[in-house]
Amino acid sequence: MRFRLTLAVLTALTAACGSSGTAGSSGDPSGSGKATISYAIWDKNDQASAEKIIAAFQQANPNVTVKLEITPWDQYWTKLQTAASGGAAPDVFWMNSLNVRMYAKGGILAPLDESKTQGLTPAVVDGYRYDGKLYGLPHNVGIPALWYDKKIFDDAGVAYPTADWTWDDVKTAAKKLTDPSKKQFGILAHMWDQGAFYPTMYQAGGEVISADGKKSGFDNPASIQGLEFWTSMIQEKVAPVAEVYADTDSITLFQSGKYGMFYGGAWLAATFAANPEVAERIDLVALPKGPAKEAVILLGLANAVSAKSEHPKEAAAFAEFVASEPAQKILADAGGGALSLREGTQDGWFKAFPNFHLKETYDASLPYGVPYPVSLNTAQWQDVQNKLLAEAWAGKRPVADVAKEIAAQMNEILAKE
Amino acid sequence: MHSKREWAWGYLLIAPMALGLAVFYLWPIAQTLYLSMTESGVFGGYTWVGTANFAELFGDEEMYGTLGNTMLYSVLVLAGVPLSIVVAALLNVPGLRGLSVYRTLYFLPVVTMPAAIGLTWSYLFNGEFGAINHLLGTIGIDGPYWLGDERFAIYAIAIVGIWSSIGYNAVLFLAGLQGIPRHFYEAAEIDGAGRMRQFFSITLPLLTPTTFFVIVITMINALQVFDLVYLMVDAGSPALAGSRTIVYLFYQTGFVQNQRGMAAAIAVILLALILVLTAIQFRLQKKWVHYE
Repeated sequence: MRFRLTLAVLTALTAACGSSGTAGSSGDPSGSGKATISYAIWDKNDQASAEKIIAAFQQANPNVTVKLEITPWDQYWTKLQTAASGGAAPDVFWMNSLNVRMYAKGGILAPLDESKTQGLTPAVVDGYRYDGKLYGLPHNVGIPALWYDKKIFDDAGVAYPTADWTWDDVKTAAKKLTDPSKKQFGILAHMWDQGAFYPTMYQAGGEVISADGKKSGFDNPASIQGLEFWTSMIQEKVAPVAEVYADTDSITLFQSGKYGMFYGGAWLAATFAANPEVAERIDLVALPKGPAKEAVILLGLANAVSAKSEHPKEAAAFAEFVASEPAQKILADAGGGALSLREGTQDGWFKAFPNFHLKETYDASLPYGVPYPVSLNTAQWQDVQNKLLAEAWAGKRPVADVAKEIAAQMNEILAKE
Repeated sequence: MHSKREWAWGYLLIAPMALGLAVFYLWPIAQTLYLSMTESGVFGGYTWVGTANFAELFGDEEMYGTLGNTMLYSVLVLAGVPLSIVVAALLNVPGLRGLSVYRTLYFLPVVTMPAAIGLTWSYLFNGEFGAINHLLGTIGIDGPYWLGDERFAIYAIAIVGIWSSIGYNAVLFLAGLQGIPRHFYEAAEIDGAGRMRQFFSITLPLLTPTTFFVIVITMINALQVFDLVYLMVDAGSPALAGSRTIVYLFYQTGFVQNQRGMAAAIAVILLALILVLTAIQFRLQKKWVHYE
């Protein structure tokens, strides 16, 4: 009934530490005949496009068979980490920039060919560099954007957001759109890093982590200003209180038609287009400009190659193929959640959602791309960050206090890396 | 009396169980003890740090917070045990119509997946659209954000914990009730004792061995609660500080933050806590448990 976690995990921990690098040495040496490589991903929504890409790759490389393995996100990292500890990571696998440095430093990843990154957005590619080498070839990009509910804007007589909107425009509009009698709010202020408070921290001129990854940027006054952008919305009651997002996720809330604006991923286009209630009444625009500059955190997934792969050449070739033009077009044309990364391949995706101004948002966002801020063990300080920011969002402590405490704890963690 | 041969047979017969225990319980426990004294690399590799992990944990406010949350949850769930006795007593009423239907209903939560329970209850507890706040609203009470507010989350989770354990405990109590010989009640009736008097003077005392067992098991389970918290409280929720339990902290430390040595130390502390509390219960049982 209740999770017998202690014992179950004791066993898991033991299993994880008991294994050592004993990758099988059997199998065909690469180059001499047929090779089978495994490809691990976590998103079932990408299964169809991944299968098409694999088919295209196999057609061009008849000697290589690619076996697709889908592990849901919740188990993906635990499984990968255990497999990698035992020297049995898949040949090619999805990697995100949050984890790439940890895996690169751990010797799990094979360095990849720099020259294949041409035509791939630098802000995304940069996220996969560690120690001067490239450890993942990104193949998609997630662009956070400002979604808005046209009906609520129309009813309140407010002009739709445009690409040159600033923070002040957002605040003014949020006030006008809020109507307590209808339980209607101008904006959602969910505590979201990539698309909401990280961008505003940069837009105010602050940073999350220093460029060398050694120092926290949370105690920077500009960063604090970026965080206050969100908490002030809650304080001024133009956004629902923090408890609301804990109960119902913001994506669901926005679709209920009671919230004027929503900082959400452009990748939600597929979700929103599938909901007839909102497909016609919402649209999106690039993130508004902050007091210092425009900034948008670009986060893309990459394919990494195992350093212990028995078929390193084939594995690298496949990772390169997924980022190549034909494969990127397959991904875009699939019209799923993911937007292909290679410039000039996205038209299929834009056309799949004619209701939304995706191309305009993409074009207006890309020049201001900032890599997702990471260090070696990003998850560790992000955990601290989320825990403490929750107190500021709930209005229990002033943002400045919390931000300084995050910085102190984060610096301590970074010093140990 | 016993020949060597008989001894050998005895050992042979318990061997499968003993071997299983040793391999799947004792050895991992020994390994965890060792791990708790190390700092682990993300992909294996361990450095000995002695008691540094424990020192850090005992100096950490968060650890005390989770201990407090876990104890509060355990006390709340234990407070639900009398409810199981009442349910069992009701289910034991002779000649009750639809008895098996009731028994099935009460047992249903036990065979339901925790994930389904957690999800369904989080809908019920939803602050905006939840059925519970809707009901409270009809009697003029403005319900809180049960799972978003750190003052309420642990109570909401405990309610679910009690709800999902009533059935299991009631079955145990039912077995205990049916083990009480009828003639005690017949004698009491002749002496003129009413239903209530019988319940308090015969049923409860003779049920104490079962009660003891149920309390011990409930407490051990409650101290290890993880799934309900994980499923009902969002990772970025402001309520997490008030509802994070020891095993949740263990999960976060070991699997989110990748500090396995520290996680092992948390597991060791939990193991010690369970051992101590269970030992105390076994000590105290002499004072209140009646074995026939």
